[in-house]
Amino acid sequence: MKKITISLTVNGEPRQVLAEPREQLVDLLRRELMLTGTHVGCEHGVCGACTVEIDGAPARSCISHAGSCDGASVRTIEGFGEDAVMADLREAFSHEHALQCGYCTPGMLVVARDVVLRLPEADEARVREEMAGNLCRCTGYRGIVRAVLRVLAARRLHA
Amino acid sequence: MKPASFSYVRPNSWPEALKLVAAGARPGAGTQSLGPLLNLRLAQPDTIADLRHLPDYAGVAVEGGVVRIGAGTTHAAIEDGAVPGRVGEIMAGVARGIAYRPVRNRGTIGGSLAHADPAADWVAVLPALGGAAVALGPRGERRIASAGFVKGIFETELAADELLRAVEVPVLPAEARWGHWKFCRKVGEFSKATACFLALPGKAPRAVLAALDWPPLVIEDASMLAKDPVAEAARIVTAFPELGAWRRALAETALRRAVERAGGA
Repeated sequence: MKKITISLTVNGEPRQVLAEPREQLVDLLRRELMLTGTHVGCEHGVCGACTVEIDGAPARSCISHAGSCDGASVRTIEGFGEDAVMADLREAFSHEHALQCGYCTPGMLVVARDVVLRLPEADEARVREEMAGNLCRCTGYRGIVRAVLRVLAARRLHA
Repeated sequence: MKPASFSYVRPNSWPEALKLVAAGARPGAGTQSLGPLLNLRLAQPDTIADLRHLPDYAGVAVEGGVVRIGAGTTHAAIEDGAVPGRVGEIMAGVARGIAYRPVRNRGTIGGSLAHADPAADWVAVLPALGGAAVALGPRGERRIASAGFVKGIFETELAADELLRAVEVPVLPAEARWGHWKFCRKVGEFSKATACFLALPGKAPRAVLAALDWPPLVIEDASMLAKDPVAEAARIVTAFPELGAWRRALAETALRRAVERAGGA
């Protein structure tokens, strides 16, 4: 099948890639742009490992095909280095033992950051509901939930 | 787990989109249902026509007691209050329960309805709210009552040369009582049984039983269900012996809980 040119902004930089329309965003990111921080899990939108930001909102990069991403602005886990909320989350994830193998972590962090910014009043039940679309097979979720709650609590204190 | 080859087109106008669909292109919106089917190769379209960039594909307008919701409006937008008033409040609650936020950010109300998975949320809820699906075809727009729009598993009243342009729901009074229950073993997964109940002042209540592997059952006059939910829910599900005992128990319980959540009779 003929390849098409896809223009994207990735982590703030304009990029152009040649891709087959059938390729999903996650494969473009990993194979063409060597941004391997985004992980491929279930490849049907259930596990959340591939979650990135598309046009400012978290989305599954495994079910967003290349053509549909032409013109989009994408932010992967590599693009959050300077982000203050993400810095807090990284520290909290470490402190609360919210990861073991790390496979789910990039997706967890992208969704956790959205929860912290969008739902500043979220309690434990809401955090669990909001994080339900990201599967972790190591931790049993307690550390992850605690880490998100820790950042939420700190932000409420300093608000 | 990679899609079969397809070509991709992004129509800029509705006439262009209609031409593509008439020629056999598979319409795509947020692709949150189509995407998994592509990856699993259960869907192998030759061409995908991406509707997301069409004028007025997303957005909400209120006119004459009707809320018109562009088919491309995302679940997340509805969750965040894009639809005004009491009906918007009801729809926001439903939207919050659809899959997960990253899916809701791209998935659209029209895409989900046209896809017509029997377990999908809008497939169950829109017939309960009333209103219509607005189809756009070569001869213009036509309205199809939401109650009869989904005909079967992945099957709708849309003709092969039509696109779903919008969804219309009635403006509801503040006193409208709404109950909704769905059985999912995990947050965000597809429902095993869904029930909705809507009571409007001065009118017979309406109920829907859905996620049953076939089109939603719309009960236009659910007065009996309101009066005696236990007996009536048990009676309704006897019509579905092929469901098996536990799905029937889920359906029966969902109906009862939907009525309870609406504040009973």
